Amino acid sequence: MPLLLSGNEAIVEGALASGCRMFGGYPITPSSDIAEKMSLRLPKMGGKFIQMEDEIASLGACLGSSLTGIRSMTATSGPGFSLMQEHIGFAAMAEIPCVIVDVQRGGPSTGLPTYPSQGDVMQSRWGTHGDHPIIVLVPFSILECYTLTIKAFNYSDKFRTPVIILSDEILAHLREKIELLKEIDIKVRNFPEVPPEEYLPFDSRYLVPPLAPYGKGYRFHITGLVHDETGFPTADPEKVRSLQERLASKIPEEEVRDIDVRYMDDAKICLFSIGSIARSALRAVLQLREKNKKVGFIRPITVWPFPYDEIKRLSRDLDVIYVCEMNMGQIVGEVERAAECDVRFIGKADGTIISPGEILHNVSI
Amino acid sequence: MKTEIAVKYLRQEKLPFIWCAGCGHGIILASILRAIDGFGWSKDEICIISGIGCCGRTPGYLDFHTLHTTHGRALTFATGIKFANPALKVIVVMGDGDSVAIGGNHFIHAARRNIDITAIIFNNYIYGMTGGQASPTTPVGKIASTAPYGAIDPPFDIVELAIGCGATYVARGTAYHVPALDNLIKKALIHKGFSVVDVLSPCPTAFGRRNTMKGVVENFTWLKENVIRKSATKGKTSEEIGKRIIIGEFLNIEKPEYTEIYKRDIIDKVRSPIKSSSINFFV
Repeated sequence: MPLLLSGNEAIVEGALASGCRMFGGYPITPSSDIAEKMSLRLPKMGGKFIQMEDEIASLGACLGSSLTGIRSMTATSGPGFSLMQEHIGFAAMAEIPCVIVDVQRGGPSTGLPTYPSQGDVMQSRWGTHGDHPIIVLVPFSILECYTLTIKAFNYSDKFRTPVIILSDEILAHLREKIELLKEIDIKVRNFPEVPPEEYLPFDSRYLVPPLAPYGKGYRFHITGLVHDETGFPTADPEKVRSLQERLASKIPEEEVRDIDVRYMDDAKICLFSIGSIARSALRAVLQLREKNKKVGFIRPITVWPFPYDEIKRLSRDLDVIYVCEMNMGQIVGEVERAAECDVRFIGKADGTIISPGEILHNVSI
Repeated sequence: MKTEIAVKYLRQEKLPFIWCAGCGHGIILASILRAIDGFGWSKDEICIISGIGCCGRTPGYLDFHTLHTTHGRALTFATGIKFANPALKVIVVMGDGDSVAIGGNHFIHAARRNIDITAIIFNNYIYGMTGGQASPTTPVGKIASTAPYGAIDPPFDIVELAIGCGATYVARGTAYHVPALDNLIKKALIHKGFSVVDVLSPCPTAFGRRNTMKGVVENFTWLKENVIRKSATKGKTSEEIGKRIIIGEFLNIEKPEYTEIYKRDIIDKVRSPIKSSSINFFV
């Protein structure tokens, strides 16, 4: 039976279907109804919901529960996402799986609490200090809010990494009819193959070492300091380098690549967009195609790691890529790094969506 | 500490401790281990969690599930661990700056929830690891590297703070009064609910040196002379007690514990009788 769900509700369905059994959260518009739904639904499934004292604590609690082997999630928006950066870094360094939903609103600071933006694209990649791996998934429909949440949990466990779902205020409260999946493909994290006395929580023989849950006989140390394979702090340049290189390479772009490419076979012009604004871009492409204009469409779903090679390949025969985003120019810089054609920017951050008409107005054919 | 306790619970290859000569932290650690050994708990059921600073290094020496988190946030991780798996025994060790400056918000809320976690504060009235800056427990007038003319910010009384916020076991001890400390930590660890032991711990290097207590002995003598047991205050006027710091048990009450309430009043009441998920996780 199809359900009429909002983006936030679809994320809740995806999380519960994935086996998420712990949610730590703090109220913030426009993400609060994710926490509300989780508080209602989780205990019915034997799961746990806790409202923490701030967003730092919310993610801290999720990381603690994740260490006991429970799939854990939090949700927030811009200002709370800023606070979470400290523990996103900890999760990246200590390689603790967790899923963070950022329902973007206008910024900076308190910004535009009830209006959309795509202002956290770079923050989701580089918000915390230091080099670190991250996976960021950007849905553009209610169905994707659901399916990408499932994917986020699987990636998070598979790669022992925080995974960010970058939604926004448009998707959060937009409603579409979706059919929930009957069977969910769940890939839980690997349990150690060795007995406790041989276990290394950061074993460098693995790209992603298995993570033993607390309370199962594997006693080990976790720290946010740079550590060796045993998990204990080190400043030995060789060991530091070994960890940094493993972290930098543990999420291969080609393995998590997910990119929506349409009408590119004969295209000379392309509209590039992510998330909710890609809906406007796609509509603009369809309207131009009706007029027999050779216009293509590119939408990365996995935005980080960014698909540089794919954009480079796709742009070879193009004259120009128009990058449409609801900010003052963020992902456009990455497109410029990759593209082998002209790159132009169509963007704004005034709290209103970029309509298909606005895009068409700015595209010269 | 006794050799058998040291051998049983310390990660031998991580010794010696990082702490300076005369630091009280090792004494507190030994007290914790004696208590745990007395209970006969399995090492596999104990999680010890810390924040940042000299005290933050404590878990690294211990053969339990150990987690060295971010500055001030140990209680948030501990809350997640205890909430997700109430069978685990969760102990948090924090410094004074860690627990009531940067972690103050987490401290008051963990106490408010009365979640079954024991918080032991290694209170040396200074930021030791970063070189002796003033902390929220530095007494007024004392010198710190960021209070070169004497601290003017009134210090927190961690005992009063914990009681005010809803902790259900609250005590204060020192690294000098060791048998008393053993007793307080034991009671805190078996207490059901949020328990706090504020432990005064000398820091000759970063605090004593700047405050006319250059040697290790002077630091411990100061504790000996400026502390009074709660039991010894009976019948004494506040003038007789003077500025001495009172140690002992300040609160030991029973109140519903957070994870038990969540299970009893929420999960058990609303959980669907049909198993809603067949996903086999680790727990």
